[in-house]
Order: sequence, then structure tokens, then C-alpha cells
Amino acid sequence: MLNPQLTPDGKLRHLLSTEGLPRAILNQILDTAESFVGVAEREVKKVPLLRGKTVCNIFFENSTRTRTTFEIAAKRLSADVINLNVNTSSQSKGETILDTIDNLTAMHADMFVIRHAQSGAAHLIAQHVAPHIHVINAGDGRHAHPTQGLLDVFTIRRYKPDMHNLRVALVGDVLHSRVARSEIHALTTLGVPEVRVIAPKTLLPQHVEKLGVQVYHDMREGLKDVDVIMMLRLQNERMSGALLPSAQEYFKCYGLTPEKLALAKPDAIVMHPGPMNRGVEIDSAVADGKQSVILPQVTYGIAVRMAVMSMLAGNSA
Amino acid sequence: MKILIKNGRLIDPKHHLDATQDIYIAAGKIVGIGSGPAGFEPTQTLDATGLLVVPGLVDLSARLREPGFEHKATLESEMLAAVAGGVTSLACPPDTDPVLDEPGLVEMLKHKAKQLHLAHVYPLGAITRQLQGKQLTEMSELTEAGCVGFSQADVAITDTQVLWRAMQYAATFGYTIWLRPEEPYLASGGTAHDGEVASRLGLKGIPAAAETLAIASILTIARETGASVHLCRLSTAEGVAMVRAAKQQGLPVTCDVSINHLHLTEHDIGFFDPNCHLRPPLRGQRDRDALSQGVIDGTIDAICSDHTPVDDDAKLQPFGEAEAGATGLELLLPLVCKWADAQKIPLTQALAAVTSKAAAILAIPAGDLLLHADADLCLLDPHEEWKVQANALQSQGKNTPFLGMHLRGKVRYTLVSGQLVYQAA
Amino acid sequence: MILPDAEATFEVLLQKLKPLITDNTALVGIHSGGVWLVDRLLPLLGRPVARGSLDISFYRDDFDQRGLRAENKPSQIPFDVQDQHIILVDDVFHTGRTIRAAMNELFDYGRPASISLAVLVDRGGRELPIVPQIAAATIPLPVSQNLQLLQSEDGRFHFELKDSL
Repeated sequence: MLNPQLTPDGKLRHLLSTEGLPRAILNQILDTAESFVGVAEREVKKVPLLRGKTVCNIFFENSTRTRTTFEIAAKRLSADVINLNVNTSSQSKGETILDTIDNLTAMHADMFVIRHAQSGAAHLIAQHVAPHIHVINAGDGRHAHPTQGLLDVFTIRRYKPDMHNLRVALVGDVLHSRVARSEIHALTTLGVPEVRVIAPKTLLPQHVEKLGVQVYHDMREGLKDVDVIMMLRLQNERMSGALLPSAQEYFKCYGLTPEKLALAKPDAIVMHPGPMNRGVEIDSAVADGKQSVILPQVTYGIAVRMAVMSMLAGNSA
Repeated sequence: MKILIKNGRLIDPKHHLDATQDIYIAAGKIVGIGSGPAGFEPTQTLDATGLLVVPGLVDLSARLREPGFEHKATLESEMLAAVAGGVTSLACPPDTDPVLDEPGLVEMLKHKAKQLHLAHVYPLGAITRQLQGKQLTEMSELTEAGCVGFSQADVAITDTQVLWRAMQYAATFGYTIWLRPEEPYLASGGTAHDGEVASRLGLKGIPAAAETLAIASILTIARETGASVHLCRLSTAEGVAMVRAAKQQGLPVTCDVSINHLHLTEHDIGFFDPNCHLRPPLRGQRDRDALSQGVIDGTIDAICSDHTPVDDDAKLQPFGEAEAGATGLELLLPLVCKWADAQKIPLTQALAAVTSKAAAILAIPAGDLLLHADADLCLLDPHEEWKVQANALQSQGKNTPFLGMHLRGKVRYTLVSGQLVYQAA
Repeated sequence: MILPDAEATFEVLLQKLKPLITDNTALVGIHSGGVWLVDRLLPLLGRPVARGSLDISFYRDDFDQRGLRAENKPSQIPFDVQDQHIILVDDVFHTGRTIRAAMNELFDYGRPASISLAVLVDRGGRELPIVPQIAAATIPLPVSQNLQLLQSEDGRFHFELKDSL
């Protein structure tokens, strides 16, 4: 089956998932992002690469944070940006997704950034857009959030350049997390030798080991000698769905406290895709502590998204 | 109409017939096999050289979408699809709109179908009113109106007390209860098999246990009430094993499998192909292999198409939101041939699952080529290849996981009650 | 044709450059050849001079045709461009488009007092009204040929002439 993200000659046409992304392209995105970090530190933070191009943020699922970072990234590439929040709840017999896409194509959009509550939405759209349009998946259901996975891996690479010698632990709700899936695929593609997931059984997908990870239910065991700790966000709904009894018990067993952090390597870094639930996944002392790289993650997010957009736009050639 | 079908390879699984012979039809019946009645002058002769002549297929589940879902398909379009697929008798589930829970609705459906002079339609009545799982329907009246059994389509009865009483009531009259075994709470919100593909793609899974738990409940109640049960669309290896054990204990249970589940697994979902969003979901290779073995050793009685035409708007959605189901009346026969080939079993044995054995479940006189029987049959070119694409399908539903594939086996003629109702272009 | 000795040409560049260096001068090399030149020039100038490097990938005018190159290095301008006299340094001057891109990029850092251009070789074929103030050598070449500066492991330069693709 042809990977729909790539052109027949192996160039990036869409960014839908970190799974199936060749290592060379992954590295190219990270290296290009490196250059954009420098741009962000200048007075004029813009470059003219996407001048005259229109980027459409089509968010079927709301998220001001993610939409804003994509908007900033697009504007720093000198693109024009259109934001569309499609309120699906008010539609019973409304416009289908593909009709929405067709209408935007007619308005000469060049790139779509899609967020949707259903897994596979970005793939569906990518299969139907006109040949010159690129699709970036900004999060589809539980399936993938590739730019987040990429910026997380970029962050790790910045602090721990030797990826071939790392132990990385993901902690929390892997079952529902598109971020976790994207991170796992990116890490394994880049050759990180040990990727661990730490969670109660109710929050792990069936056959999760097939993704190439080691499973731990005991957080203290799982954090031993780890170089990177990636915390995952816990949604409130998990308590009402009989997946977990309470936020307090979750914090007791799976929350990252300074005491548990001490079990990892002394120079281990702590990451979180945001927004954080302080006192649920992570103790404030850790979130604000010197091992936390949570704020730099946000900065790198813009550089990584600029890298992805410019690579895609350059592949229209 | 007097029709002579010359020189075809006649295959009748029930009567172990596999021979090249002529077959003579008059007044809607088969009047001669091998040799005809004296002075037989055919008004039409069909040259069946190189073709297989088989009993018209009996499909245990085909959604015709009338009444109520005419934007998905109509009685006419789907009956044309049936005969284009060599299907001459079919059972349809009661999940129409309104639900088939009133004798008047059943009579109307039967009447409309009869007027088309295409395939025979055998409706399944609802077990509970509106399929809501609370009140029983008038099973006796519905049977008089033409229902051959009682079903809940895809809507589970959650109240076990109601299920128990429904089966007791049906047992009173000897009616068969058709149930698709799926425990509703475990299956709730799920869209794919709870296995490695769903984990990778981030789809909510339906565990195999949803089916086996339901089978256990249904078989226990059947044992206690003495009801005859037909389990629809098995999908798990464990499910097949449970039915095998039940049959060995002499329980009056039968079951079927969808042809889709004999060919496909969860891996065919690929990059979220909504045509692979089916109920029950496509499961693992182990399950598929067990289902095939179940058909071969007779644990699974029949193969059906589970024909479910879906309109494009409802299918071209992200996987989880895409309406479940695949069109399949026209693909049943070539896919059965392909399956027989892959399993290396004789075609006769495979065809039994869509002819005589399916007919036995409906208790209808169909599915064989017997002297004096209704002349329902189909002539198939087993070698002709055709591509599965939208414009090659008669059905209004173009939603099939086999889209784009080349299949071998094309129906050339279909006869119902001795009338030629379909002829390939 | 016989190519001049790259090391000798480098020597000419150094001598022509020295008189232009003042307290407000910064040398900015254009990747990769220009940066090699700057890094060898700096210790020979006899006084501290601000150093910068530019990767012009994000300012090229052929992005729509050729896309983003696989490797790009971050540009580094660690000094304040405002009111500086900047000397852009590149290895081979051809159409002038690279310099146009470099100037656009520099202006996104601030407003320099002046920009001059010093190149190792001017090979002719200008397509924009841009002229180097210093060219250590002038070697007119046909469009079908491509002149490249290479640096070996010990840091020494040599030229290579290839057919254009």
C-alpha cells in the first residue's frame, strides 16, 4: 500500500503521521527546524518562503493553543492565514467534511492544517485534495499528532544529542493519546534503543508492545535510569468512564513528584505537551524545576512547524 | 416459457450432482435433467457451454433499504443487484424504517418484491417492537404474513429477562430466533477489532470477548428455553469453537458468516479505508482462519453476503464516523469461488454454503436442481474476469472493500421461477 | 583551460581586503565557500573583526522551482547589524542572485551602515545589477561550466571546473 504522505518518488507530500516517515525525512525536518530556531531569535522573525501562499487552519476540534502556534509559524514564513473553526456539534445534516474542503480549495488555499476528533480524518482529507494542496495533521482523534511528536523529538535531540543511547519513558494515558503514538513512532524511527510506557492497564492499548515499547505498571520501576520523561495529559473524562477512580489516586501512583524524578538519571529532562494538570500528572515543583524543558518545547514547536510547512511547500516543485 | 439450457456443467451440492447435462424448464419448474419430456419444444435455448449451472443462490442477509432508506438504495436497485449476482432467494433483516414489526408492513414488502418478478424475498420480523428490546412482536401474525424468522438486526437486547422471554415465546411455536452476538457495553463506541491495528490507528476497539460473552449468554438461554437459534455473522475463532461444542451437545443452533470475514482481516483497513468499517469488525488472521475451517467442517452452516448498501456521503467520513457495512450481493458468488480456490476445497462443497444449506436454515424449497422444483438457477462463467468498480455494480451502494480488485466468475444468466430475469450485457 | 592557483588567489583577496577593514567592519561569509574564506581570513587580518555566516536557503528566489535543500545550516549573526559596515564574502560570483538573497536576509537582522562585496572569483554571467567591490580573480566562463571552490582537510583551497547539469 502506497504511503499517502509521500509522493511516488519519496518526497513529503503531506504530514499525516510520524509512522511511516523515513528516517532521512525525519532528520531533514529536525535539521531545518534548527535553522528556524535561529530566525526566531532575530529582530525580524520572518522569512519570505511562503509569501503569496495561503495556509488554512481547519479545526473541527477546538484548540486555541495549537491553532495559534500554526498561525504564528505560517506568518513567520510570510504566508497568509485563514482560520476556520468548524462546529460539528451544530450540524445534523450539515456540510460534509469533504464539501468543506472542496469549498476551501476553490478559494485557492495551498495548505490545510487539520484537527479533528476522529482518527483518520486527515488521511481522508489528504486522499481527496487536489494534487497541489498539502495537508498537515494537527491531531486526529487518538491516532496521530505528528508535529507534536516531531517537536518533542527535536527537544530531546537538543538536550540529549546521542539518541542511540537513550532511555525514554512515556507516562500516562497512552490509550487515548495521539501525542504518545506520534512520539513512539518518531523515537523508534530515530533508533532510540529503549522506549518505555508507564501506565495502569486501563490506560494502555491492546498489543501496545507491538509498537516497539516496554510496558511498566510500576512507575518507580519504569523511571529507573531514564534519560527523558515524557508526561502525558490526563483528561477529566477518564475518571467518569470507569478507567480511573480519582485524580488523587492517579497522582499518587503515576504523578511525577521530585521524589520519583530522583529515580531517573540525575540529568534527566522532563517534558509535557501541555496544557498541564498540576497536581494530577505532575507536581508543580517538577514542572517549574530545573530539569523541566516544558517551556522550550513551546518555542521549538514553532520552529518545527515552520520546517514542516516550508518542506511541504518546497515539494510542490 | 419453455427454456432449454444446453451443455452446461450442472452442479447441485445437495444431490451430489456435478455433470455436464442439459436442463429443461417449463411453466416455471425444472421438467428435465439430462433428458427432457417428450415433444419438448423450447421457446428459448441458452448455450451453457463452458458455463456452470448452479442453483440460484440463497443469501441469508441482504439489506434492501426499503422502506425508509431509499436514499441508500431501493427495492428495485437491490433486487436487480441480487439477480445480477445469481441470488434468487434472500432474507432481509427487519431494520427498515418503519421497522418490520407489523404484519401489514411485511405484507407490503412481500407484495412490492413480488411485483418486481425478480428474486424471492423472505423477510425476518423484529423480535421486539421497534427493535427496542422491551416488548415482543406478534410473532404468530408476522409468520402468517411471511416472516421466516425473527431478528434484532444490529440492535442487542440488553435486558436478559426480555431475551429469555422472547426465546421462550419463539420456542412455543418453533420459530427461529436470529441474533448477532455482540455484548453492547463492551462494543459501545467501538469501530474496529480490539487488536494491534486499532491500537496503532487509534481506533476504539471491540474485543473478541464482546462476541463470545454474547454467545455464551444466548446459548445458555437457548438451552434453558429450548429455542432454536441462528447466530448471525460469526467473527471470532473462540465463537466458532463455542458453536462447535454446542452442536456436539445436540443444541439446535445454526450460524452463518459473512463472505467478507472469510477473505479480510483488520489489516485490510490499511490507511483507514472506510469500506472496511464493518459490523462485526474484521478481526485477526487467526479468526479468519478459524472461520474458514468452521465452514469447511460444517460448524458454520452458511455464508451470506451481509449486503448493506451505504450512500457515499455516509461512507466518505473519517473511519469511526463512516456508516458500517459493505455492498455484496453481486460479489457473493465470485468471492465464494475465490475462497474455495484459496482453501483448496471442491467448488461443490463451497457452493453448498450459499445454496442448499442456506435454504435449510430458511426452511424454504430452494437451493437445489431437482426435478419438479422451481426453476431458480444461475449460469456462471467461472473464468471470466471483471473489475469491481462503481459502474460495474447494479446496486446503488458502491461501498465494497473489494473495490478495484479483479474477480474471476461472472454471472451470465439468472432464472427465477423459470423466467430469465438477468442476462449479462 | 588552466585554472589559477586557488591559494595564490586567496592571497590576492587578503591583500585587497585589508585596507577596507575598520573598527566597524564585520565579515559575513555565505555558506559554504564564503564561510571557509572568512574563517581563513580572520586570523590574518591583524586585528579583531566581527564574524557572521549566512545560509541563504530561506531567501532564494528559486524556492518554487527547486524546493528546500536537504541540508541547511543556521545563519549566525552574533553582532548587532545596526550601523555596521558589512563585507559579504563569497567564493564564486555568478548571476548575483545569491548576493541579492544575502542582502535581503541581512536587512531582516537590522539596518547596516553599508554592505560591500568581496569575492574570490568573478566568473561573469551577471543577471542582476550587483557588482563585487573586490574580486581577487576574474575568469569569464561559459554558462555550460561550473566553477567550484573546494577545501581539503588541511584547510588548503583548490578550484574545480565541472560541466553544469
